[in-house]
Amino acid sequence: MIPRPHVDWFALAPVNALLLATGIALLCAVLVPRRWRKGVAATVCALGYAVAFGFAVALYVKSAHGHGVVADAFRRDRLAQLATMILAGSGLLTIGLSYGGRDRDDHAAEYYSLLAAAGAGMAFFVGANNLMTLFLALEWFSISLYILCAIDRDRLGGLEAALKYLVIGGFGSAVLLFGSALVYGATGRLDFPGIAAAGAEHDTLLLFGLAMIIAGLAFKASAAPFHMWTPDVYEGAPSPVTAFMAAATKAAALVVMLRVLVTAFPQNAHLWTVAVAVIAVCSLVIGNLAALAQRGVKRMLAYSSISHAGFMLIAVNANSELGARALLYYLVPYCAMSVGSFAVVAARERELGVPVTFENMAGFGWERPLLGISMWAFLLGFAGFPLTGGFVGKFYVFAAAYRHGSTWLVIVGVLATLVSLYYYLGLVRAMFMRRTEDLQLAPIGGSPPRDALLQTSVLACLAVTVGSFFAVQPLIDLAQHAASGLPF
Amino acid sequence: MTTTLILLPLGAALVVWLLPLNRVSAGSLALLAALAEVGLWIQMVVRYDFDQGGLQFSDRRSWISDLDVSYHVGVYGFSVWLIGLTVVVMAATIAYAFWAGRERMRAYMGLMLFLTGSIVGVFAAQDLLLFYAFFEAMLIPLYVLVGVWGGPGRMGATLKFILYTMAGSLLMLASIVVYGLSQNTFDLTKIGQSSSQWIFLGFVAAFAIKAPLFPFHGWLPDAYRESSPEVAAVLSGVVSKAGAYGFLRIAVAKFPNPAHDFRVPILALAAIGLIYGSLLAFRAPDLRGVIAYSSLAQMGLITMGIFAVNDLGLDGSVLQMVNHGLISATLFLLAGMVERRALTGELGRLGGMARGRPALATVLMTTGVIALAVPLSTAFAGEFLILAGIFQRGWGWAVAGAVAIVLAAMYVLRLISAVLHREVGPAVSDSALDLRPAELGVTVPLLACLLALSVWPAAVTDHSFRDDHGAADVASQFK
Repeated sequence: MIPRPHVDWFALAPVNALLLATGIALLCAVLVPRRWRKGVAATVCALGYAVAFGFAVALYVKSAHGHGVVADAFRRDRLAQLATMILAGSGLLTIGLSYGGRDRDDHAAEYYSLLAAAGAGMAFFVGANNLMTLFLALEWFSISLYILCAIDRDRLGGLEAALKYLVIGGFGSAVLLFGSALVYGATGRLDFPGIAAAGAEHDTLLLFGLAMIIAGLAFKASAAPFHMWTPDVYEGAPSPVTAFMAAATKAAALVVMLRVLVTAFPQNAHLWTVAVAVIAVCSLVIGNLAALAQRGVKRMLAYSSISHAGFMLIAVNANSELGARALLYYLVPYCAMSVGSFAVVAARERELGVPVTFENMAGFGWERPLLGISMWAFLLGFAGFPLTGGFVGKFYVFAAAYRHGSTWLVIVGVLATLVSLYYYLGLVRAMFMRRTEDLQLAPIGGSPPRDALLQTSVLACLAVTVGSFFAVQPLIDLAQHAASGLPF
Repeated sequence: MTTTLILLPLGAALVVWLLPLNRVSAGSLALLAALAEVGLWIQMVVRYDFDQGGLQFSDRRSWISDLDVSYHVGVYGFSVWLIGLTVVVMAATIAYAFWAGRERMRAYMGLMLFLTGSIVGVFAAQDLLLFYAFFEAMLIPLYVLVGVWGGPGRMGATLKFILYTMAGSLLMLASIVVYGLSQNTFDLTKIGQSSSQWIFLGFVAAFAIKAPLFPFHGWLPDAYRESSPEVAAVLSGVVSKAGAYGFLRIAVAKFPNPAHDFRVPILALAAIGLIYGSLLAFRAPDLRGVIAYSSLAQMGLITMGIFAVNDLGLDGSVLQMVNHGLISATLFLLAGMVERRALTGELGRLGGMARGRPALATVLMTTGVIALAVPLSTAFAGEFLILAGIFQRGWGWAVAGAVAIVLAAMYVLRLISAVLHREVGPAVSDSALDLRPAELGVTVPLLACLLALSVWPAAVTDHSFRDDHGAADVASQFK
């Protein structure tokens, strides 16, 4: 008989809250009358995220000294909790911008159920402490996301996006799994500290495994050259789902990459830092250059998210506490800006009923000042202008890179930022400097209904984006405590 | 006090943006805030202890403690004058924009106020990262002001402007990161001097583009031509001074060795810009072109004064920064007023505007005469000091400067005669009015500042550095 491990239910509370929300939201699909179904399911899902956020805060406070729980399969530490807070925040905002959507009414409950399930998977993912839970959590949230991409069957490109994501994501998962198997073969251990203790420096098997794990995680973080799925999937998926993927999936993947590399492979740090640097540079170059050529706003944002993966990987590459701090700080404004910008895109999509391009954003800034100015702030934040957290994030990332001795990465990052200005400001130009009359399309069905929830979400994103510029120290303190649990 | 000076316009900008005001009340509120800002500045001048000098009215709060980044603002003697230039020019331009009635008044006025706050911030910041933040924040309103309210070629002009300036700024950001981390602080009053040439060049790139120095002026003609006259006035009058201020506050003060090593190339670029800009100004076919290229020339002269790094040169360049700021702002506003009447700025289609328009003729003539640095004018004092200062670094530089001053006389006189004298141009109708009282109300105070400085240029030169020893102050980094 296998002995049952002691289960620290408190440590699993955020995950369980979201799982509970998943279950209840799914039951809504059957038990709640159609008229109220969407509202109830969305409320349940939002409650799930809010409770998960609350538990994450409580756990953050109570887990000053990180330790493994549930037979060391899951790690209860501040890193996981801070990441969970970011995920839960992104999830809440996503619900806000999903609710006003005109489509999906017949699958509303399933949609919110899957959204909660994906969040639960990610919350589990960031706490994973061995290769088994890592893979389990990865598949858990990936499968939820595959379905979310395709949930709106009538959407042009939705099924294509989902299929592409499924095939390429499945391939990524397979690579990760194979890598895990190789690492297990080389060390005989599944848990990260065990791998670190057992791993030799020049073990070919281990190195192959390490490379495949990095590749598998880079697929999820949509870092080049593992980014091929990103533009198509971001474009084809419903905008709220895209927002969630751009923010939460990337955040989870990057935090986990940091944790795995630092805790499981410290002896090969001289190798993986190089690999991460190469991936970062590829992402910066490919993301920025490809974004220049895009006319669709969602595709542009997709490539921009690739380039931001590159920036955050610079922080991972630093392999230092400062780097971890930089990554965790960067994620906060980045997630807010991603969700916010896709929210604005979603609002415009609902107005026009066609995919949003640079052309049909003309005059949007003056028509809808709140959304327009928020979008402006998000784009400036992506470009790293002051008065947004994006600026401090970039500054921190560069600081980490410099401290690590890779000044050349600072130069690459600076050049990438310069290139990125062209397309970010191109969108600002389209929104504010062109007249609405240039627009060839008329909004469908008159002026769209006021979507208070979406506007609230956008305002919240704006508040985080701008607020993180002024309140740097509190966020840095959070990130510092979270990063101090990692063995540097 | 410094913080109030920064926050007052920013707060007013928020109020103007958020409250549903109509055109008139938005404009008057903005003008009121701008005038209050001038009042605050006058109070600062009165209370600043020029005998003691050094950093005063400083205010320091921790921002990012683990990297020693702080919100640290304060003013030195010379920053008092640059802030004064900023608030006076901004008040005049806001008044002009209000009178000229720009579309979307609330947005426009809010952006102008926001710009005021960030420029004052640039001159007051005593922390590298804060300086960078203000330096960049300046760009955001300018981008929109040129891009939305500009002329037909505004799209290309803004794109060029933003890409040029950001290229420089981002190099500066890299320099700031490396410099600050290697010294373990970002506080300008605490950070030590460095002799790294790469860091120095990163800073110089940003300031050379902002000023601009030859050959980094590619953005200048388009930006000055396509923006509205008051924005062009701010760009050439005030924003360009941020570049010169950076040279003085950071490049020369913090990098004495690299500044010495690169003195000859930088002086050469400044001298080329000075002569080349003057020649282009002489050849420019339109009003704005003349002022724009003369601005390039004058910034070259100011840069020469700064990189002379001696008492005369530094005093002269601070005075000349204030002079040129006031002169080019007045000239751009006057250009706007002429364009309003003639619907064109082409010199070939203007002419004979003096007849029956005594106020316009007097104001333009007086400004022009000061601009070409006739003896007894404040511009003469500034240029003379710079030339005397640069002469100590080699007589060749002074010769280049003197030649350019002759060229300045040529292009300014050409401008005046093309607008005011000669036969009446095809674009000038007899019904075009003289300057209206409101226009006089905008230009005369600027002119009065210039005349007051002409009477007493020592107001600036004797009150910029402690005991008037600029070089010693720079060497000890203004302490």
